[in-house]
Amino acid sequence: MKFGIIVFPGSNCDHDAYHVISKQVGQPVDFIWHKDTDLKSYDAVIIPGGFSYGDYLRAGALARFSPVMESVKKFADSGRLVLGICNGFQILCEAGLLPGALIRNRDLHFICEHVHVRVETTDTPFTNEMTQGSVLRLPIAHAEGNYVCDDATLRELNQEDRIVFRYCDAHGNVTEAANPNGSRDNIAGICNSSRNVLGLMPHPERACEDLLGSTDGRDVFSSLAATLAAVA
Amino acid sequence: MKAKVYVSLKPGVLDPQGKAIHHSVELLGFTGIADVRQGKYFEIALQDSADQDQARESVARIAREVLSNPIIEDYRVEIEA
Repeated sequence: MKFGIIVFPGSNCDHDAYHVISKQVGQPVDFIWHKDTDLKSYDAVIIPGGFSYGDYLRAGALARFSPVMESVKKFADSGRLVLGICNGFQILCEAGLLPGALIRNRDLHFICEHVHVRVETTDTPFTNEMTQGSVLRLPIAHAEGNYVCDDATLRELNQEDRIVFRYCDAHGNVTEAANPNGSRDNIAGICNSSRNVLGLMPHPERACEDLLGSTDGRDVFSSLAATLAAVA
Repeated sequence: MKAKVYVSLKPGVLDPQGKAIHHSVELLGFTGIADVRQGKYFEIALQDSADQDQARESVARIAREVLSNPIIEDYRVEIEA
């Protein structure tokens, strides 16, 4: 299984993702510059966190026009796996690969802290090694992580079991107090209707080693690797 | 020819920046302010030879597909000869 990590001007979590795939997952991985368009040799693509194009206009808005994004769309349409983390989630929403949008945090602050998220569904290639209802402790670092969508979209996300992670307290209770940024319905991560594209604001790649204060992010990558190993 | 594009948050979409500005305005002593909403303004210079109807159509598309996110924002286009 081969992973690709898309690099935009301003991406800054690309090396974290590379480190985790190469050292923790132990699989081949390449950086893919945003002007490249050939994704044929990859089984999964990660759109990493950072500030693509300096967050100019809106977070993720300009990255969607990079040449690689047409290929990412085709890649996703072909059923292969796309994981968008933080700015990657924002880009996937702007590109229309995921519904909704991410706006300024409710309280304006750039929030950089560990939060808890509850695993809402294990029926995705990114969470199938997890236990439904379990709580992960993951870092967030964003100013625009406030997920918004219209009522119809929220209904569809719920009905189709596409809300993958919700912000919660340490015991797994989804409360307003545990919602760091004002996201609708405490949404921290969603998948598309085909379930092969996941976007989330927390950074699982920054939570894969004891040194970093949490290893809960490993479950995302072990699920991914298990999914790819099963189809290989 | 110049096009002006105004992008504003849809009614109901939370605007924490507008709220913070509102708060600052109140600190300055203004009390009659009901609400402040922050938006974006773009000036697009078009070649003078451009056809006005065509320009309007092009700028509307730019506003729709790049300058605004239709999920959270509305836009308005003005063309100045």
